[in-house]
Amino acid sequence: MTKLLPMNRRNFLQASAAGLAAGTVPGLFGSQAMAQTALTVGFIYVGPKDDYGYNQAHAEGAAVIKKMPGITLVEEENVPETVDVQKTMESMINLDGATLLFPTSFGYFDPHMLAMAAKYPKVQFRHCGGLWTEGKHPANTGSYFGYIGQGQYLNGIAAGYASKSKKIGFVAAKPIPQVVQNINSFLLGARSVDPNITCQVIFTGEWSLAVKEAEATNALIDQGADVITCHVDSPKVVVETAAGRGAFICGYHANQSALAKDKYLTGAEWAWGNVYTNFIKAAQSGGKLGNFVHGGLKDGFVKMSPLGPAVSAEGRKKFEATLAEIMSGKFSVFKGPIKDNKGNVVVTAGKSFAEDAIELESMGYLVEGVVGSTS
Amino acid sequence: MEDTGIGLWGVPLAIFAGAIRVSTPFIFVSLGETITERSGRINLGLEGTLVFGAMTAYAVAVMTGSPTLGVLAAMATGAIFGTIHGWICKWPKVNDIAIGIAMMQFGLGLAFFLGKSFIQPVAPKLPSIPLGGWSATPQVQAALNINVLFFIGAALALFLWWAFRNTRIGLILRVVGDSTDAARAMGISPDRVRLLATAAGGSLAAIGGAYLSLYYPGSWNEGISSGQGLMAVALVIFARWNPIGCFLAALLFGGAGALGPALQSVGVTQGYYLFYAAPYVLTLIILIATSSPTRSLAGAPGALSLTK
Repeated sequence: MTKLLPMNRRNFLQASAAGLAAGTVPGLFGSQAMAQTALTVGFIYVGPKDDYGYNQAHAEGAAVIKKMPGITLVEEENVPETVDVQKTMESMINLDGATLLFPTSFGYFDPHMLAMAAKYPKVQFRHCGGLWTEGKHPANTGSYFGYIGQGQYLNGIAAGYASKSKKIGFVAAKPIPQVVQNINSFLLGARSVDPNITCQVIFTGEWSLAVKEAEATNALIDQGADVITCHVDSPKVVVETAAGRGAFICGYHANQSALAKDKYLTGAEWAWGNVYTNFIKAAQSGGKLGNFVHGGLKDGFVKMSPLGPAVSAEGRKKFEATLAEIMSGKFSVFKGPIKDNKGNVVVTAGKSFAEDAIELESMGYLVEGVVGSTS
Repeated sequence: MEDTGIGLWGVPLAIFAGAIRVSTPFIFVSLGETITERSGRINLGLEGTLVFGAMTAYAVAVMTGSPTLGVLAAMATGAIFGTIHGWICKWPKVNDIAIGIAMMQFGLGLAFFLGKSFIQPVAPKLPSIPLGGWSATPQVQAALNINVLFFIGAALALFLWWAFRNTRIGLILRVVGDSTDAARAMGISPDRVRLLATAAGGSLAAIGGAYLSLYYPGSWNEGISSGQGLMAVALVIFARWNPIGCFLAALLFGGAGALGPALQSVGVTQGYYLFYAAPYVLTLIILIATSSPTRSLAGAPGALSLTK
């Protein structure tokens, strides 16, 4: 231990110097000559980076920036949302010389990333999620965030055309606003095709519980659901179980079409490669990284998997028309009047929310037609 | 409810199907642990063996295209893990529980390390026997698609129950488990018996892992077990070291685990966190109900470090 410490400190000094030279401190060094300077970027994942899910989506983004000139990529997988992630960040900063870190999991933010940001003010931290608040959190931290609800709405359209039983199913992890919004968007998409469709939701209570996810998928199909989607960290088990039972799949996080073949309708995927590329370009050119970066399909933060062979011509037409409308920026999923599944009006007639509306970020209700409860 | 769904019948069906689908790993791990504990040793490392078995089976199935070879390879690695545990524990003043915990972490770490490149590929699955052909309902047909390992587990439970009482090997195992000194006096080497018993236990636990990765849920990732191996070790105590008890307890756990998703699917959606606790609540109730103020741990092998 005593032997290691001085080395850490020396490397830390080097790293800070490299950080200054690379111009990652906005406003200090804005020279164009540094556009291609070396930059070490660290990515931290909560699970395996090839999980067909959340972590794979981020790792695919990291793979995109790895090809950019001057970039050294350091990655660590399976880092728990505990003090472990602080150790990982310190080691990336001190030993690898990383000056830009992307801790990708929600629970890394508070207190872990904030503690490291205070300790290493010259290192830039960008966290996936919408947690950064101006004035409350340090300037060398920030959030980036995608609105994938419209992707789930498009999933819903594909599901609406594919469902014969008029019952679709959703395997969800925890009833947090993001998940709830995805469930509602999925059903509203399906109801835009046929207003009689209902969506059964099962909460597993955890982000990654293979056996429970398989049980939930089986239970949904036993109750007649014939199109399944999910919001869990790794959709692999849900996709394989549902396809094995003959149900159609709408993917989530990453492209799972290889797992379900022709049962795969489409999927809402993250396009983090674009987001990370923008961050790196800003860092290398000495520009501002931005503290709160967010966007949806039209901003290139989210993309859709190519439509599968089971999507009908009619379904394809409506899917593409809606996608075009979303891309024009004029579309909103939550248009009043909308009732929740207890009969209360949650969005009044004439009111509609854009995808970045603050009202949607605290969504705690399931809309009419969703069978399930958030508690 | 709906024409295509089966409504409230879904709940008993899901519990029944869940009992069969989810219980198999519990059956194998708890039977393996019963053999080990009957010889007077506790192997807490079976969670690691289970996960390593799951990884080995998946990897071998991917590489050879044969899930059966995967199961056999898993058994072999399980036996190696058991042998290491048994060999270390034969030295004086070595605590089998501590070694078990170390072996668990070792197995998990090694499985994650070696299994890295097998998360993406899709392995061929173990075949199931369709016993639901008589029913016109697809839900019943799906529930009665039963994996052959389940039947092997059931037969093994019966066999072990018979063998512990009626065979020479069963008798030797029980003597060693009840009194090390008596076994020595009879000219039996307790260390050797325990080594073999731990190896056999590890081998069975690895079959449970192979079932997880090659049949249900049928994929390899690092969260595949989520503590099922540890739970199965506890099941052995719950089942009072009786193989048939292990089988029934495993069924109970499987069925209770299916309760939460099944109730949500028929619209009982309030308080699902409570339903998810059902297996544990059930365990507590049964343990309290069957406890006795005068005897502790009836049926426990005398030489087990739990009872010493």
